[in-house]
Formats: sequence, structure tokens, C-alpha cells
Amino acid sequence: MSNLKAKNYDITSLILVVSLITIGLINIYSVSYSDLSSIENFFSKQVVFVLFSFAICLSLLLLDINFYFKYASIIYISLLVILILLLFFGKEINGAKSWFNIMGISLQPSEIMKPVTALAIAKYLSNIHSDIKNLKIQFYSFIIILAPVVLILLQPDPGTALIFLSFYLVLHIVGLPSIYLNILTFVSICFISTIIVGMKIMLIIIGIIFSFIFLYTIYKKTKKNKLIYITVFALFNVLISTFIFENIFEQRHRDRINVVFGLEKDLVGIGYNTNQSKLAFNSGGVFGQGFLKGTQTKGDFIPEQHSDYIFATIGEEWGFFGSLTVISLFIVLLLRMAERTAKQTNLFYKIFSYSAITILFIHFAINTTMVIGLFPTVGIPLPFISYGGSSLLSFMILFTGYLKIDSQKKTKW
Amino acid sequence: MRDKLLQLLIISVGTLIIVKLFSLQVLNSSFEVINNNASVQKIYEFPERGYIYDRNKKLIVSNDFSYDLLVVPMDVNLEDSVLISKDFNIKTGVFRKKFLEAKKFSNVKASILISNISKDEYAPIQEKLWKHSGFFVQKKSKRTYNASTAANLLGYISEVNKYEIEKNNYYEIGEMIGRQGLEKTYENKLRGIKGVKFFQKDKFNRVIGSYKNGNYDTLPIPSKDLTLTIDVDLQQYGDSLMKNKRGSIVAIEPSTGEILALVNSPSYDLSNLVDKNRSANYKKLERDSVGKPLFERGLQGQYAPGSTFKIVSALIGLQENIIKEETVHKCEGGHFYAKNSFMKCHTKETTYSDLNNAIYTSCNTYFAKTYKGIIENYESSSVGLDKWSDYVKSFGFGNYLGYDHPTGQPGFIPNSEYYNGWYNNSWKAVTTISNSIGQGEILTTPIQLANFAATIANRGWYITPHFVRKIENDSINNKYKKKKFSLIDSKHFEPIIKGMINVIDVGTATNSKIRNIKIAGKTGTAENFIRINGKRKQLTDHSIFIGFAPADNPKIAVCVFIENGYWGSRWAAPISSLIIEKYMKNKVDRKWLEDYILKGDLSSEYLKAYLTTNFKINE
Repeated sequence: MSNLKAKNYDITSLILVVSLITIGLINIYSVSYSDLSSIENFFSKQVVFVLFSFAICLSLLLLDINFYFKYASIIYISLLVILILLLFFGKEINGAKSWFNIMGISLQPSEIMKPVTALAIAKYLSNIHSDIKNLKIQFYSFIIILAPVVLILLQPDPGTALIFLSFYLVLHIVGLPSIYLNILTFVSICFISTIIVGMKIMLIIIGIIFSFIFLYTIYKKTKKNKLIYITVFALFNVLISTFIFENIFEQRHRDRINVVFGLEKDLVGIGYNTNQSKLAFNSGGVFGQGFLKGTQTKGDFIPEQHSDYIFATIGEEWGFFGSLTVISLFIVLLLRMAERTAKQTNLFYKIFSYSAITILFIHFAINTTMVIGLFPTVGIPLPFISYGGSSLLSFMILFTGYLKIDSQKKTKW
Repeated sequence: MRDKLLQLLIISVGTLIIVKLFSLQVLNSSFEVINNNASVQKIYEFPERGYIYDRNKKLIVSNDFSYDLLVVPMDVNLEDSVLISKDFNIKTGVFRKKFLEAKKFSNVKASILISNISKDEYAPIQEKLWKHSGFFVQKKSKRTYNASTAANLLGYISEVNKYEIEKNNYYEIGEMIGRQGLEKTYENKLRGIKGVKFFQKDKFNRVIGSYKNGNYDTLPIPSKDLTLTIDVDLQQYGDSLMKNKRGSIVAIEPSTGEILALVNSPSYDLSNLVDKNRSANYKKLERDSVGKPLFERGLQGQYAPGSTFKIVSALIGLQENIIKEETVHKCEGGHFYAKNSFMKCHTKETTYSDLNNAIYTSCNTYFAKTYKGIIENYESSSVGLDKWSDYVKSFGFGNYLGYDHPTGQPGFIPNSEYYNGWYNNSWKAVTTISNSIGQGEILTTPIQLANFAATIANRGWYITPHFVRKIENDSINNKYKKKKFSLIDSKHFEPIIKGMINVIDVGTATNSKIRNIKIAGKTGTAENFIRINGKRKQLTDHSIFIGFAPADNPKIAVCVFIENGYWGSRWAAPISSLIIEKYMKNKVDRKWLEDYILKGDLSSEYLKAYLTTNFKINE
């Protein structure tokens, strides 16, 4: 309660966040401009969300940091219970049971689960007995992360579940053995190349590459065991990738992926969103159409333009300079947060703070690349800018957590 | 190290996004975007298709307009239906019925209420159009033909097909393209370039203004009118002469290579190929395997040239110094060339012919001996024949002439390679002796023969024949201005022309004399065969004539080819002389000859090929 003095806080980052929120409000205003007469319009609702989130975060800031450490497990478990209850009593929106409706306010618990999981994993790994190099500890860490993922996948909301990949990055940064990242990278490469060139060609390519290396090892008289393992693993990956892509994925998922890799071109059907948003960027050009003047925006051609596709509106109305500004703000903010977090010595602080940064980063990366057509269509909001109360609250809590932790190092540690 | 991983990721992803944004927003060309953009509507403005005139500025092909009245049911105030039907001149009941049909199709999209409104009917409707919302008018254009002639030559236009749209990105569904003839060759000139206007639409498909202040709009580029080399009066006179006969007339102005007439018989009326019955009517023409009206005989028909080709043999003989004007050959009603190889000649008793005499009596023996001399003048038959072949080809035989019409055939002039293949290298001049008199392997098209006549008229050169004289605000291809020289010296033409004048005066075509106009010509009679159900049948000979007039200052060169017309002076020569007379005098005095030709009917001759019983030919 004692450290509410402004100088203790990372004011620069706060200004960056407030700028992003302001940019969000301006563009949500533009999207809902034609419909401003109704009280229910996106802009006025978002204003309320912003004020509400600020109020919540301010009160969270007032609590002592030990409070969070102490109650981390309880908060985590109660959220898990809420996620379970959601599967039975949740309100279905867009085909997913992600929402609770309490006293007229809709809330999306999976959004709040992001900072809470961060809190839980930070607490678990900051324990003096928790050595991340230990296999058992690794296992429990994965359980903490995967429990909410499974529940969210059951809703089903794969986009939000995908975000929990962020924690993997956090674990890696704090010392998870490299083998995990190597395997993950290897698997991703196999998966993507299998989709692009097809199973048969992949098998041939692997055959050729490994026979060359095999001949080389004979020549150099080195061991071949490792090589054989990798070959088998690669072949296994290709087959599994094909199986998942063909049998587990639904057609819409396959289509979205194919559109990104240019394997399919359907500008009115599956590729519609991406094509329309690309058109919006193009229509914006260098200097933009101007505030409230975007034709793609006014024509209302892009679905979810106020939420997931808000970046397209920015691109059209503010041009390349507008979109460049937003990207730059994010990069500066994230780099600044990462740099300051790196200096943290307290593991609990460090892990939570890194979680906050990676979650914001993954949102930012996936959302922007999706809108400009570099990533398959996934329903993930752009932090601080997209319309939406729960997600804004979640991002604000994460940022508040960072702010709080950042202020600690000067006073106590 | 691991701390830096996150920073590295942030920077690389950020860079990737900025690069992609740069390419999307700064580099990408805007035009591609407009075309794929659902929010932009394109409206085209088409220039009127160019007119086609004949050489005397007579209008042959132009355009006519009709209008369609369209209705968007949603916007119509039905309470006015009585007034609407009165203003648009239809019965109220009919209007209501058609309106309901349109509404059933779509409430928001336009449907045709009345189609094919003529210009006259359109005027009063246009005045009242503003009174009623939901109605608008679409202008339609179609080709009209002011002279029903030269169908294959002019060609027609129709909607582009899928293949053409893929091949050429100018065209879009529903647009018209020149399909045959000059409409096809000069498509780009006659078409012009459509203009385009872009409009911004909202997601309800409503136009909300022009797209980017019309910055991407383009104005249409007007089409160009064509002036043909064809003389439409001569062409139509030719049509009348060719009635009930099959074949072609080709007339060329020798000094310019301009084609004055290209008559094909049987022909058809292009006005049948303009509206919705086009494809049905076209199929009918296509299915006519007997008359083959779509087969442009003048350009596509490859026939043996018969005796007209003797002129070629004579010219080469003179050039190669095998014969002189005074050279005399003995003819005994024919000649043995080898064992069992006798070439008949229609000269009954033993005659002695010089060149002049040989031409106007069309003596086979004379030219066969000349040909033999040419080939045997060289160390081997192969070399001799190839030399001969080069001479022949220098007149434009054996290859596409290069005129501005999309159809045609090259004809055929054999060379040594061809005979080596056939006769396993053991062949002599006499093996190929039929070439001397235009039978055997030689094939020519009527336009090549007409061009040959023009070459003789010019004493050794020709200009590539062509159909278009002038293009509005443009120039014709330079190749239609250049002289092409044959390999024969111009001095050798005079003795030949002397013989050709005698053909009309005292020779094989005395029936084709015109008072005060000196014609030089050569008749031809070509044997021909047809294969029906695998059986080779000989049909009545083709009647051929080539010539030009006046002999000393030629204005017109012609080739007339009458299928199964028997000997040359029976049909082809008189028709040629009538064409020449018509062109030179602009009227025809020899009514008896005209009458004979107009009444001439070869229909029964053409039926013979389809008779199951035996039939006589050449009667």
C-alpha cells in the first residue's frame, strides 16, 4: 500500500499502453460510426470496458504482492472449477460455450485464466524445490498449463487455447532443457512442409537427405544411432502430420491453412476475410483514406472488424504510417518490458512478468499476421486495441502485474 | 542467452509484419485490387464497332441499335401500374404478368421487361422514363449488312467463349468478338477499346459514389472504320453470275494488289448471324456438306490449275532458254514420252506449233516438251525440278500468299524431295510430265491464280493481294505496298501475253471477246476426282480461266473457277469477260452472253457425285 508513488512505476510503458488503448477507441469509433445512434454501439461499450478495467487494475495494484503469491493456487483452482462449470452452464456464442452471464454482464473466464495460469506457474516454479531440469517438475508444470488448455478446447475455443503456447516459451527462457524446443521446432517444420508439398514428396525428400548424411557418416566413420532415431522420428512426424491434417482437422481448418500457404485461392469463400482485409490495407496505401473515410470499413465488408480485424481498419484509414505506428508501439513496449524483466532476480516475479510479455506478444504476433494473411484465420484479439471487455481486462491485469513487479525491484530487491 | 530469445522473436516478427505491410500498402499495384474487390463495381462503356465501306465509299457493314427496358421490382410503385403500362405502351395485364415473373426471379436485381425496342419505339419511352422509379434502359448494338454479299470475306461477330476469355484478358463474358473473315483480322481496329468507370459499393450492393474520385476510370478509345479494296457492285454482279454454279471469282487490281471482288458460290446472308438465331443458323450452314457455303473456295479451294498453268511452263522455258518465241514443236495429236506413256492432245491432226500458236490452241505436247527440256537441262532430275519449283514458287504458288484474311490454303508445288520419297530416287522428267500442263501433283487456289494473272499483267511482279485499302486514322501493313518480283525477266512476258491475247481473238475463248477492250487470258480444264464410300470417281472437269485487261495497260486481273463446269471457255472465260466488262465499262452490253450465264445451271452436275448409279461426265 505504500508504493503508489508515480516514480516507482514504469511510466513509459504505461503511456505506451494508454496510447494503444486510445488508438483502439478511435478505430472502434470509426467502425461503429454509422451506428452511433444506438446506446449499444461498440464504441460506448468499449469506453465503459476501459474505465471498468482501469478501476479493477488500480485496486489490484493496491494489494500487496504477497497476497497474490499466497493465494495463487486457490485462485487458479477456483478458475479451473469455473471453466468446468462453464461447460455445463455456459452461454454459447459463436458455437463456443465460453461465456458466463452474471447480472447482465457477460464474462469470458478463459480470458481471465491467462493471468491466473501465469500466476500459478510462477508460484510453482519459484519454489526453491522446483528445479525445472527435473523431469517430474517439468511434468507438473505441463499439467498446470495443459489443464486450462484442455478445458478451453472442450468449449471449443482453439484460438484461446493456442495462446497457452506462450507458457512454453516462458519455461524455455527460465531454463527448460533445449530438447523440448528442438523437438517442437522439428515437429513444426515437418508439419508445415508436409502440408505444403504433400506426404509422398516429403517421404522422398527425407529419404534423399538422410541417405546423403548416411553416406557421409560412413565416410567419416561416425556413429549412426542418432541419425537413425532422427530419421524414424521425421518419418513418424510426416505420417502423423498427414493424419492430423486429413482426419482430425475439419475442412474449415484445412481451408484456412491452405489459403495462407497459397495452396488454395477462394476470394469469396474461405479466403474472404483475409482477402477483404488485405484489400483494406491496400486501399489505405501510404497515407490512408483518413479517419472515418475507409471504404472497406464503411462498406462493412470485413467481418469482426471491431474485434479481431480492427488492425485492417487502422491500415485502411491511417495507411502504412498508421499501421507502422501501431506495430512500432507494440515492439517498443514489448522490448522494453522484456529488457526490464530480464534484470529481475526474483524467480516468481520473473516468471509472471515473462508470462505477461509472451502472452501479449503471441496475441500481437498471431493477430497481425492473420490480418495481413500470413497466418491462418484464428479468433484472437489484438491486445488493448480490439473491442472486447474480458480480453481487455485480461491484458490489463497482465500489464498491471508487470507494472507492480517492476516497481518492486527498486524498493525491496 | 535465453533472455535474449524473446527480444529476438519480438524483433523478427515485428520486422516480418512491417515488410509485409510495406509490400501491401506501399508497393502493391492498385489495379489488381480493383478487379478482385467486391466493394467496387465496374461499368464499361463500349465504343461503337467500326463500319466497313467498299472502295467507292459505299457502306457495307454498320450497326443498328435496339433497346431493352429493364425493371428492378423492389423500386417500382405498383399503384401506378396502369400509368406505367400506358407510358411504356404495353397492356396492363401483360405488364403485371411480366412484373411478377421478374419479381419471382429477383426483387433487387434487374430483369428485362420489354426487349428489342426499336429506335422509333424508344423515343416516346425515353421521355417518360423519369416518371417511374425502378425502370431503366439498356442499349444493345448489332451488326447490320447493307449489302448481302461476301459473307465469308466479311465474317461475323458473336459472344466470346470461355477459351477466348482465358487467352485474352481484355474480354469478359457477354462481349462480342470478330469471329471470321475481316471482322477477325481487324478485330482490334473495329473494336476500339472499352472505357471503364469504377463505383464504390457498400455490402448491400448499393453504389455509394465513384471509386477514388474516378482516378482509375478510363475513357473508351473509338473504333476505326475500314475501307475495303472490294468493289461492292462488281462483287454483287459476280454473285448474280455465279447463281446455280459452284466456284469462285477473284478479281485483283494488278498495279496495287487490291482485291476487287472475291465471290464465293454458294454463299449465304450474314443477317442470319446477328441475333439470337445465330448459333442455330450457323449450325445449318456448317451441316451443309454438299454446298459447303462456309468453305471460301477462292482462298481455301486447292485445285489442279489445268491448262492455265501452261503459261508458267512457257515462262520458265523462256527464262531458262529452253524455248524461244520462234521455237516450233511437232504435235501428232499427242506424244509418247516413254513406253506406255502417251499424253493426248486435243489438236486432231499433226500440227507444227510455235509458242504463240501453242498458247492459243493450248497444245499439251508443246509445253510437255518445254517442261522436259527445263528439267533435263540440269545434271539430274532433282536439281532441274528444284530449279523449276523455285520459279513456280516465285509467283506465290505453293505457299500462303499473306493476304489479310484468316482463312486460306497454301496449295502444293512438288520439289525433288517429294518425288524422291515417292519413286525411291529413280524418276525422270517424264515421270512428272503432268506438271507441265497443271495436272499431276500441283494444287493452286483461285486467289493464287488471280495473283498469277496480275503478275503477268505487271510483266513480272505482284503486290501481295489484300482486302483492306484504308483504316481510319491508321495505315495498312507495309507489305501490301511492296512489289514482289518473280524470277522471270520482264522481257519474257511479252511473247506470252501475245499468245494470251490470241486465246481470246482466235484461240480457245473466242466467245469472250469484248469490243474495244483487249483481254489477255488462258483457259483451263482440270480433271478431278472425288472419293465416295471409298470409291474413286471421276467428275466432270473444272472450268477455269485466268486473264487480265486491257492487255497493254491492265486494270483488272481475274481468275474464275467453276467446279465441274467442263471446259474453260464454257463458263469460266465468259464469266471473266463479263466481270471485266462490268468493271471497265460499268455496264454490260453483251446481253446475250450475260443471259446465257445467268440462266446457266449446274445443279444437276453437282448431284452426280451423290448418285448411286453410274453417270456420264463431261457431257
